Amino acid sequence: MSIEIDHVNKHFRDFIAVDNVSLTFREGELTALLGPSGSGKTTLLRIIAGLEQPDTGRIRFHGEDTTELHVSQRGVGFVFQHYALFKHMTVFQNVAYGLTVRPRRTRPGKAEIRDKVMRLLELVQLDWTAHRYPHQLSGGQRQRIALARALAVEPKVLLLDEPFGALDAKVRAELRRWLRRLHDEIHVTSVFVTHDQEEALEVSDRVVVMNKGKVEQDGSPEEVYDNPANPFVYQFLGNVNRFRAGIHAGEARIGDIRLPAPEFHDRRNESGLAYVRPHEIEVYAEAVASDTLPARIELISVVGPTVRLELRTDAADDLVHAELPKHRFHALGLTQGNDAWIRPVQSRVFLPDSQVSNG
Amino acid sequence: MAGVAASRGRVIPGFGLTMGFTLLYLGLVFLVPVGAFLLYTTTLSWETFWNAVTHRQVIASYKLSFGSSLIAATINLVFGALVAWVLVRYRFPGKKLVDALVDLPFALPTAVAGIALVTLYASTGWVGQYLDVFGIRVAYTQLGVIVALTYIGLPFVVRTVQPVLEDLDAEWEEASASLGAGRLTTLRRVILPALLPALLTGYALAFARALGEYGSVVFISGNLPFRTEITPLLIVARAEQYDYQGAAAIGTVMLVAAFLMLLVINGLQWWTSRRYG
Repeated sequence: MSIEIDHVNKHFRDFIAVDNVSLTFREGELTALLGPSGSGKTTLLRIIAGLEQPDTGRIRFHGEDTTELHVSQRGVGFVFQHYALFKHMTVFQNVAYGLTVRPRRTRPGKAEIRDKVMRLLELVQLDWTAHRYPHQLSGGQRQRIALARALAVEPKVLLLDEPFGALDAKVRAELRRWLRRLHDEIHVTSVFVTHDQEEALEVSDRVVVMNKGKVEQDGSPEEVYDNPANPFVYQFLGNVNRFRAGIHAGEARIGDIRLPAPEFHDRRNESGLAYVRPHEIEVYAEAVASDTLPARIELISVVGPTVRLELRTDAADDLVHAELPKHRFHALGLTQGNDAWIRPVQSRVFLPDSQVSNG
Repeated sequence: MAGVAASRGRVIPGFGLTMGFTLLYLGLVFLVPVGAFLLYTTTLSWETFWNAVTHRQVIASYKLSFGSSLIAATINLVFGALVAWVLVRYRFPGKKLVDALVDLPFALPTAVAGIALVTLYASTGWVGQYLDVFGIRVAYTQLGVIVALTYIGLPFVVRTVQPVLEDLDAEWEEASASLGAGRLTTLRRVILPALLPALLTGYALAFARALGEYGSVVFISGNLPFRTEITPLLIVARAEQYDYQGAAAIGTVMLVAAFLMLLVINGLQWWTSRRYG
């Protein structure tokens, strides 16, 4: 079941939550709505579910207009950040809820409900918890039960609102891989909201980056990461360094370093900003080539297998962050407070006005 | 002993002091009067006691008191929950005022309430004259007793349900709706079970309060023997006739009955809260 969002607007008092958004979610795809808090991603998800009404615009499921349809009639499965399990019901009763509240003529028989619930509990690998109450389960288990409950009604689309937001880092990582595998099994059109770029990139088929109620970029995880449409997307998808750069005939120049910028082949002598990821910066203990940039190491922090450096250089206004493997760091023999030389090996250039023109 | 051990190393010490004060306070204010009262009852011969508590007039008052209190508490259960719902869920002009008004039965001297109710509901009163047209008489009937008891019991249900309702996650309702449940089903299967412990507590408190109420009832009930005499009134009447034994005997029945009721409802509450964790 595809979902079509057609020029949807929503505001709360004078706050514009969703600003003229049009999107199509294709059948069977798992899409991440990614953005900072206040970017409108949750509001958009709730509008798709029917938990909020848009001010203007339409929502269509598989071409059929559902904008006016009550949430209970839309056939959506909704998973909440804080699970929203009914705490006075057992796990079994929770999962069975959607089936038992059906009108009598469409309600399956008791045995059929039991079979279905147990099948779903097996699917989420929690069949042994059927007779427990939610408060007896861990956060990760509760969220899997919430997912089983949403799937019990055989929803046409599955909507997840920051489903792993309340869990600790390790459980989160496990659960999102599990969700990916589950989606590959059941293939229901799914949209999940997250502010965690790593989660979005790892789990989804497609990423929609939102900011201030608008869609900034829409594409595959690789596309969005490798070719960010604008500085906002670039910054939101990871740490970033900004170097002052001259742009001339398809080249970006940071100091004496020349990096390709083919999209600007027709520009002459302009200035812009070159965006460089921390792992795209090479660090040397000496000036190995004439074009390396001199810098001073202000801070060294060792994070597991990688070492992060904060460097001060004339080519950038802010501190430059660089990352290198621990063995390489030891081979270089760098120390805090001493000089080093750096060279960006790859960059993405944006002209000063691109934030506006691409927004 | 576990409590004493656990208190060591606390940020705020003083278990001994506070516990000692608590026991002293409970002893002086509660246990000593009740104990003395029960002790006094044991000095009665069984026959005196039995005759005092099974007098026909007293039996009639039990029926009125317990029956009216139950009805009043039930009315408060429904409408108190409704008032709490409106106060928690909606914004409207004058909400703060309505919220404050709920406490009025706590604050207003019960005699004042009683006189006000008579003025309103007597067959010549503001409200009573219109009810009289339909043949409904409130003052000096059991209906009047129920009205008075409902009035004084309202805050108990509202104030116990209100905080629970405030904590009730709106996500529950949304989850229920997204699973295909209609509004009534959500109310019946999700909201009411969550409110049940608070509703039971409010009900028990309203009932207990109604059972012991005196001031607001005696004016509107008219105190007609066998018809509108509540049990507390008989206790006062006995005491005024220097029949302290009779007063103590009836009082003991009330005490035991109230204690049993609260025990049952507390048991129910413990059972529900244990289930819902």
